[in-house]
Amino acid sequence: MEYVNSIIKMKGEDSAVLSRSERTALVQSSLNLTSRILIILAALALSATYFLPLWTISLDAPQYPEGLGIEIWINQMQGQNPHDLNKINNLNHYIGMKKIIPEAIPELKIMPWVMRGVLLLGLAVGILGMRKLLMIWLIVFLLVAIAGFVDFYLWGYDYGHNLDLEHAIIKVPGMSYQPPLIGNRKLLNFTATSLPGSGGWVAIGSFLTGLGLCVYEIRRHRKVAVNE
Amino acid sequence: MKQFKLRIAAVIFCGLAAIVAAVAGCSAKKEIGGFGDAASKVYVAPGSYDELYAFMSGGFSGQVSVYGLPSGRLFKVIPVFSQDPEKGYGYSEETKPMLMTSHGFIPWDDAHHAQLSRTNDSLDGKWLFINGNNTPRVARIDLTTFETDEIIEIPNSGGNHGSPFITPNTEYVVASTRFSVPIPQKDVPISSYKENFKGSISFIKVDPTTGHMKLAFQILVPGIDYDLSRAGKGPSYGWSFFTSYNSEQENTLLEVNASKNDKDFVAAVNWKLAEELVAQGKGTVMPCNYMHNFLDEARIAKSESIKQVTVLNAKGFPGLIYYLPTPKSPHGCDVDPSGEYIVAGGKLAALVAVHSFTKMQKAIENKEFDGELDGVPILKYESVLAGEVQNPGLGPLHTEFDGKGYGYTSMFLSSEITKWKIGTWEVVDRIPVYYSIGHLMIPGGDTRNPYGKYVVALNKITKDRYLPTGPELCQAGQLIDITGDKMKMLLDFPLIGEPHYAQAIPASLLMDKSVRWYSIDENKNPYKVKSEAETGIKREGNTVHVKVSTIRTHFAPDNIEGIKVGDKVYFHVTNLEQDWDAPHGFAVMGNNNSELLVMPGETRTIVWEPKKSGVYPFYCTDFCSALHQEMSGYIRVSN
Repeated sequence: MEYVNSIIKMKGEDSAVLSRSERTALVQSSLNLTSRILIILAALALSATYFLPLWTISLDAPQYPEGLGIEIWINQMQGQNPHDLNKINNLNHYIGMKKIIPEAIPELKIMPWVMRGVLLLGLAVGILGMRKLLMIWLIVFLLVAIAGFVDFYLWGYDYGHNLDLEHAIIKVPGMSYQPPLIGNRKLLNFTATSLPGSGGWVAIGSFLTGLGLCVYEIRRHRKVAVNE
Repeated sequence: MKQFKLRIAAVIFCGLAAIVAAVAGCSAKKEIGGFGDAASKVYVAPGSYDELYAFMSGGFSGQVSVYGLPSGRLFKVIPVFSQDPEKGYGYSEETKPMLMTSHGFIPWDDAHHAQLSRTNDSLDGKWLFINGNNTPRVARIDLTTFETDEIIEIPNSGGNHGSPFITPNTEYVVASTRFSVPIPQKDVPISSYKENFKGSISFIKVDPTTGHMKLAFQILVPGIDYDLSRAGKGPSYGWSFFTSYNSEQENTLLEVNASKNDKDFVAAVNWKLAEELVAQGKGTVMPCNYMHNFLDEARIAKSESIKQVTVLNAKGFPGLIYYLPTPKSPHGCDVDPSGEYIVAGGKLAALVAVHSFTKMQKAIENKEFDGELDGVPILKYESVLAGEVQNPGLGPLHTEFDGKGYGYTSMFLSSEITKWKIGTWEVVDRIPVYYSIGHLMIPGGDTRNPYGKYVVALNKITKDRYLPTGPELCQAGQLIDITGDKMKMLLDFPLIGEPHYAQAIPASLLMDKSVRWYSIDENKNPYKVKSEAETGIKREGNTVHVKVSTIRTHFAPDNIEGIKVGDKVYFHVTNLEQDWDAPHGFAVMGNNNSELLVMPGETRTIVWEPKKSGVYPFYCTDFCSALHQEMSGYIRVSN
């Protein structure tokens, strides 16, 4: 509504009445109040990704009944349990895999900024209530997600394939150790399972909320246009 | 019609078959000994957990073994008073001081009575205490690590049998001397027993947070043999009770001479009063010499020599101690869950005497005395007696309680457990045990909240119960179901050494607190390493310190040179693992010493004094990973 009001204001205090076509255009391009509140909430929900893991890779083997795995957070990578990262690095030395050193992964420094951008853009959509902006937000969000997955795949590919075979203790011809992008994969005695973490689910939820509202708004505008 | 007949014939045939099957089933059950569903009651499926932890004293093995109940499976042997080369206990530099005494290093003791710590007379799962009977000592085991954390020696004692029976809030651990001796020790004729020999009852204060033990005071008591003990509770809180024998004060041929008197005593000691007297400065400080050994914050055992103790002479403080006459050399001394009854099994009596605390107080008030022994008043038997369990069996020893109004007394001579009702003192059930039961144990059976589901018989003799193993046979436990009116035998299982007393605790109170590894960041051993980069060799004259690290699957360093014949080499091995169930072993060929078994995050040190030049392999002894065989190294020794 602020958007409509601001347009009215721009047109001057006196001319409170808009032409019918102007009104239609405005209503068509603006989001209703419920949608805007929901988008603000969806954007704010993204702040959860600063407190919850985005992604998890669990490694299951019979002799690890207590579980073993890595959590990828927006700005760090850590074990699911204390010392898991050390244990995984220690296991990986058998197959010649590079050590996972979170401090040396540049993405973990970039991701918080990217997420902040997505969050702020989402807030802007809610505050300004522009339908087009909502679409832009969703596209940006999707591109960020795709970029994330591509990066994650390349990262996994690098760790899984670029092995130090000279010092590797266990060499299985043709075997690579890339964790799956999503789902299960058997890596020697371990089954690696890659799934969104709780923060990841929040981000997915946030995106789907935006997508749902976008569909809803497009339908609503069509109705308004027909009625007018 | 024909079909109908056929049908009838078929029905009859099926019926007969069912009867035959049922009969066969019954006889099959009988063939396995008539134990019915006992197997299902003790079967803990693979991967499932037991209901209870049981801590069995090892007797002459000097150790404590940890079993699961109801399965009877052995989990661990905790080294306490005896060296254990398997774990390097008593061999490593960090644990050797734990076995120090005023007599020097002693590699063994006789561990008798397990006692779990308690709060408000209910098990709290913090610590396990156990006495060393031979060279008087009390040990404390931490129940998060299942390791011996502390051992305190008891001065002025000659055999610490009546110990470490603890008070309802673990305020004190007691230690009464089994053998009276000259106090202080001196060179006197043994026949001067009556004149020169004294007994002592020690009260060791336990710090409620750290568990640290401190000998608070000793009460000097007339010279007889003090045997077993229990603390009072509820109405009798503030008192402890001790059985005694040899009120004849004999010093030779005790089996005859100390069995003459019709009655010996239960000594009732008012420890609350003793505590007050000491606080008022009424005690006397007496020179003595004993050792106190404990793990410091670096988990390194330290020994401190203590040279004095506060003493109260029972003679000089009326009201501190009374004797309750009790038939025929009483052994077990047990207090029922209400705290009103004190049960004492006279080894040679044909009854179990039960004293009443209320009657005891009245008798004291009314001065119903029957003489005195060395200044300690003897109360009249009839005045303190609550009742007698008649014809319980032969050789009554120890009593435990189920919390449902019954006592269970072990009968050494007639090899059985007798169940009797508190109040009416009538025997309601008995069950044979195989053979010659000493103590018996109901989990929590000495607290106000017994876990009255099982009783474990701790048997001295097994003879034909197991496959023979030469002249030395195992001693054993027998698990008995006590949920019904009749006791039911469930399981036999061999034990380590001689099980004296044991205690058990619901698994839920301990399992979640169990430590999985020590944090390497909190390792305070001065020779620790936090990474392989910190390992190395340092020479100080003829002493060489080698800091070694272990991680799957290598030692660092693994080629050690520069050692000379005549050197004293200290291997400080730090296990860098921070993983569950990942200890590493360390053993050097030709070392006149044990191996080391190093827990994750821990540093342990073993000494080696090479005598000949050459190259000596060392390796990891605990199969740690797929490349365990490769986890080895060499040490070069030069002339």
